[in-house]
Amino acid sequence: MDWNLLISQLMNGLQLGLLLFLLASGLTLIFGIMDFINLSHGSFYMIGAYFCGTVVAYTGSFVLGVLIGLVGVFIVGALVEWFIARKLYREDHLDHVLVTFGLILIFDTLVHLLWGASGIAIPLPDVLNGQITLGNLVVPTYRLLIIVAGLLVAAILYILVAKTRLGMLIRAGASNRTMVEALGININRLFLFVFALGAAMAGLAGMLIAPITEASIGMGNDIIIVAFVVVIIGGIGSVKGAFYAAMILGLIDTLSRSYLDALLGLAMPSEYSETAAPALSAMLIYILMAAVLAFRPQGLFPPAGAK
Amino acid sequence: MSWLPANWSTRIYALLLLVLALAPFIFTWIGQPFYLDLLSRALILAIAVISLNLILGFGGMVSLGHAAYIGIGAYSVGIPSYYDYYNGWLHLALALTVSAVFALVTGAISLRTRGVYFIMITMAFSQMVYFTFLSLEEYGADDGLVIYSRSEFPEFISMEGATGLYYWIFALLLASLYFVHRLVHARFGRVIVGSKYNEQRMQALGFNTYRYRLVCYVISAMMCSLAGMLLGNFTSFISPDMIGWARSGELIFMVIIGGVGTLFGPLVGTIAFVVLEEALSAITIYWHLIFGIMLVALVLYGKGGIHGWLSLLDRKEEDRG
Amino acid sequence: MADHLLRVTSLHKHFGGIAATDDVNLSVEQGRIHAIIGPNGAGKTTLIAQLSGQIRPDSGDIEFGGHSIVNYSTARRARAGLARSFQITSVVMPMTLLENVMLAVQGTGSHSFRFWAPVKHDTALKDAAMASLAEVGLDDRAGRIAANVSHGEQRQLEVAMALAMKPRMLLLDEPMAGMGKEEGSAMVEILNRLKGSITILLVEHDMDAVFSLADRLSVLVNGHIIATDSVENIRGNNEVQRAYLGDGYA
Repeated sequence: MDWNLLISQLMNGLQLGLLLFLLASGLTLIFGIMDFINLSHGSFYMIGAYFCGTVVAYTGSFVLGVLIGLVGVFIVGALVEWFIARKLYREDHLDHVLVTFGLILIFDTLVHLLWGASGIAIPLPDVLNGQITLGNLVVPTYRLLIIVAGLLVAAILYILVAKTRLGMLIRAGASNRTMVEALGININRLFLFVFALGAAMAGLAGMLIAPITEASIGMGNDIIIVAFVVVIIGGIGSVKGAFYAAMILGLIDTLSRSYLDALLGLAMPSEYSETAAPALSAMLIYILMAAVLAFRPQGLFPPAGAK
Repeated sequence: MSWLPANWSTRIYALLLLVLALAPFIFTWIGQPFYLDLLSRALILAIAVISLNLILGFGGMVSLGHAAYIGIGAYSVGIPSYYDYYNGWLHLALALTVSAVFALVTGAISLRTRGVYFIMITMAFSQMVYFTFLSLEEYGADDGLVIYSRSEFPEFISMEGATGLYYWIFALLLASLYFVHRLVHARFGRVIVGSKYNEQRMQALGFNTYRYRLVCYVISAMMCSLAGMLLGNFTSFISPDMIGWARSGELIFMVIIGGVGTLFGPLVGTIAFVVLEEALSAITIYWHLIFGIMLVALVLYGKGGIHGWLSLLDRKEEDRG
Repeated sequence: MADHLLRVTSLHKHFGGIAATDDVNLSVEQGRIHAIIGPNGAGKTTLIAQLSGQIRPDSGDIEFGGHSIVNYSTARRARAGLARSFQITSVVMPMTLLENVMLAVQGTGSHSFRFWAPVKHDTALKDAAMASLAEVGLDDRAGRIAANVSHGEQRQLEVAMALAMKPRMLLLDEPMAGMGKEEGSAMVEILNRLKGSITILLVEHDMDAVFSLADRLSVLVNGHIIATDSVENIRGNNEVQRAYLGDGYA
């Protein structure tokens, strides 16, 4: 049993899970409160990476890159909400799908226009480039940072949603929007904030991963589907659900890629397990989603009192 | 002249079909044989869009995963060809069977959900197909698969030759249009359409709407895989890229611009899309931007699609005697 | 002793802490018109929903024609002969009146997995549909689109569709809802004509209609049936008066 492999795969799983959480939490809130499907949420992920990369290129500071990038994505998110999303809340979901699909095209091409076809590499400061020894384990510093940052944001989000008045409004809106409106809360401002916050978190995820994978055009378009799967499994409108579902999916996905063919190899000859395993591990999260929809369609942790 | 269709839109569609029938000759005459390629591809896609319109336009089932069936159809040609099996009937049987089974299983699960869940679950299932093909190293995965020869239907038909293939595609297009036309006006189609507008009412009338929709979904998937098979014959290179959810989004886009839930909408919508794509990409490499803006504008400001505009020329939606 | 076509036993349904349906017992004799009345919020809608299969009761049984149908889906109940009309008009708006009723005929007929023959050439279907439209007096407007006809005509369409299902029993959920005087009396006439040939369970607010149509009345208050009797007896019942008009009127 290769412990180092297991540990590093567990960490990868954690990392993926936390990134998925950052993406999915915004998505689930926007979905749950405004009933709006945003296929272009992945574009915020991409924009965050590009903003950060540009700032780092100019200032050399990763911290500044993240901070300014966050503000930038927040603003972009707010603009999208103001000019487009807001007009569609009461419309058919098909309309949401079409418009946000169009937005993906627009954002991808704008990025191409402004930054060119090849991506941006984001160099990390030396202090983050090394490794840390924890007892017997040697862990890349940056991955540890991602995990810590992700957990921190999760904690902050938890406090925001569970312990503040704003959070209460958000939770109420997720399960009963009409009631919140009836309370006379300025619903427009609430929606704007939630949308922009969700965008910012998606952007943060993009920024965190970009030093490893590079910022590239359309980088958010495939992972956003996984984020949607997380939202479904966790329960629409539930940040807690998004967290648990994201962690579960992140771990399952990562571990299955490493260990499934060994596992299958116990049951079948290796030529089959070698072809079947990658295909099966790709399908695993969707099979999980199908199972959840079949047995518990409201998700694993639906918001309390959800209709 | 009472047999002439009364509406302008019908006249225009009839004219369109005539033009399509004569296309190879027209293109040769004006010295632009390349356009035949473009049109062939458009008509193949049109069959796929007709199949999507069946469930989406007529049935109200918004699938964001229909491109998966194009992929299944294409790989049903590609994979056997890789092993030197060129028999067209084999390809056809494979395409129809695999798509039917996949549609039955995924449809059975998806159709238990509604609205946005349905959209996302169909999207997720098509991603599953995408990743499956992507992981099959043997058949090219990312790099795609080259198909060296077309499906053979010995003693029956030949798929060789651009014009020959074009007329096969055109014939299948006409068949698809006619098939959908009959389906929608038959008992089955009435149930599907009724379920789109008022499912609760249909159940109260005694219809097990789930079963009807599932059958409709499977039929649509099989038709779409047929288009995929044609695509596998038409192009000599296929790859998992044709399966991504963005492709499915484009298919929906084509349904919308043509006019949802109409017979000819998918045809004009697809032709418009392909022509636009070709024209715009010649102007700028950033043509996706224009597309995206058009899409957003279309949804925000212009419903009904091309058919909607054309039927403005017709008499108003009248009570039928 | 007349047959009881519908028999409801100890039906219970809770939403959160509230009993929307509280131990309801009801039975409807074949060929009769049985009406359910009650103040707003009494739970009439929930009761109809459970009878038609939209909602599952927490406990209790529903027997139709001797069979327990409590686990049947809505569609299955319809095919078993229990048809309903909706309080809020629920027809297929973009289709014509004729097309709507043809669907109703189709639903309880043999299966509709016919993919080829156009429905407009199906004379059997058409004739049956026209007959039902004629029963409610809409046959001269059969070609009009449902969305374009008046509210009252849409209510009539609801009834026509229910009739076209050739049901053994009709669940009518406020058929008079939103109708003016003339339309209302036309509807009462239609329903009167059906008396004896079809069993009807009627939920209505319009008291004139109820008193002229019903053979028996049940009064539903807070989810519970406080009285079931003939029309005259209910009219004279103190408890019922109190339920409707409040204390101080008994």
